[in-house]
Amino acid sequence: MKDLVYLTDVVTLSLCEDTCNGCGMCIKVCPHEVFELSGKKAHIINRDFCMECGACAMNCQVHAITVKSGVGCAAGIINGILKNTEPTCGCSDSGSACC
Amino acid sequence: MSTFTTGIIQHADASIPMVSTKLKTTDFLGSVMVRWGFRRDHYRVTPGLYAVGQPDATSDVFVTANYKLTFDNVRKNLSGINGWILVLDTKGVNVWCAAGKGTFATKELVNRIRQVSLDKVVNHRRIILPQLGATGVAAYKVKEETGFNVHYGPVRAADIQKFISDGYRADKKMRRVTFSLMDRIKLVPNDFMSGKLYLLGAVVLILLISGFSSNGFSFSNLITKGGSAVLNIFLAYASGVVLTPILLPYLPPRQFSVKGFYTGFLVFIVMLLLGFTGASVVEILSWFFIMTAISSFLAMNFTGSSTYTSLSGVKKEMKFSLPVQIGFAATGIILQVLGKFI
Repeated sequence: MKDLVYLTDVVTLSLCEDTCNGCGMCIKVCPHEVFELSGKKAHIINRDFCMECGACAMNCQVHAITVKSGVGCAAGIINGILKNTEPTCGCSDSGSACC
Repeated sequence: MSTFTTGIIQHADASIPMVSTKLKTTDFLGSVMVRWGFRRDHYRVTPGLYAVGQPDATSDVFVTANYKLTFDNVRKNLSGINGWILVLDTKGVNVWCAAGKGTFATKELVNRIRQVSLDKVVNHRRIILPQLGATGVAAYKVKEETGFNVHYGPVRAADIQKFISDGYRADKKMRRVTFSLMDRIKLVPNDFMSGKLYLLGAVVLILLISGFSSNGFSFSNLITKGGSAVLNIFLAYASGVVLTPILLPYLPPRQFSVKGFYTGFLVFIVMLLLGFTGASVVEILSWFFIMTAISSFLAMNFTGSSTYTSLSGVKKEMKFSLPVQIGFAATGIILQVLGKFI
């Protein structure tokens, strides 16, 4: 698992434990074991494992999680800068594949 | 009729195509083609409902993307299961990327459930989604709008059978994304091909420069000097798109651009020892800058193929690395030209 740590202290993930209803959905959807459930609340245990995919925030019914999600992709970021949009992996809706 | 359908099943007033769980040679050849980037944008399955085995109203529903590589992987792993496959229109993109782009999404799933009248096809209210689809789908909203409960299954289709036999539970291992050597090797051909035009551009540029000397431009110069120059460019490219991905976990720096700088430097040293980097200090320095810049930039682009880099992290890395790469490339080209005239 240590292999899959990128830069440290950069991610925008935050969890409001007061708002959390302990449903455990974030633990189910997170691909990098960022969360743990204890005392009927979710906790962030591996912040630096987060890749900002946004699955947790998307599935948090009580909106206790916020993260600025997007593609962690240099080409996508350059694309975004060139087109003056959010980072995008260069494939339009009309449909080229990517990533 | 497509190559993977085996017939039609009549169920709940609908004719639903049945699909095979065995992949054929054509499926394998198709996957090799798209791995190399050929017709990758057109490797699609028609969205909608499909049947595997002999499903009935109690059978499970598996949701997936309409990238055929993804669809094939799902049906292959449903061997022996009677179930339904609900294919979303993700424009031929895999689940995870499509979820990130908003095509494997709540809205598309809700619409597709309605379009195929899933509530009439099955008598339960349980649909199984790949875990990586969660980036685009809010399970609670799907429940509100359609009554169906989203069960996030494992990350990998290969774990579906175990997921079901464990009572619709995915253990930690099934939920964790990895990035094995095999995963990385599979990505190499497409990454190699996707930059081919830039590679060609660089080769043309370096060939033109190779033709120059203090006596002006000549084709004989281009031919005698051009070969090693093209080789250097090609190997720097391969360092970024092949060597760095393969060695990824063994290269200590966390920034992909720095990993790529290291591999580029390594390749440069090898070429220096072999005598391919020119005779003068200026030429040698030029190749150091050019080769490390190319390798570093391409390695940085591998962040998009990797399974663990964050947007914030890549932005931070690029703020430092991109100007350095541009500076290195420009310095390298200037020295390369200067080297021809001194």
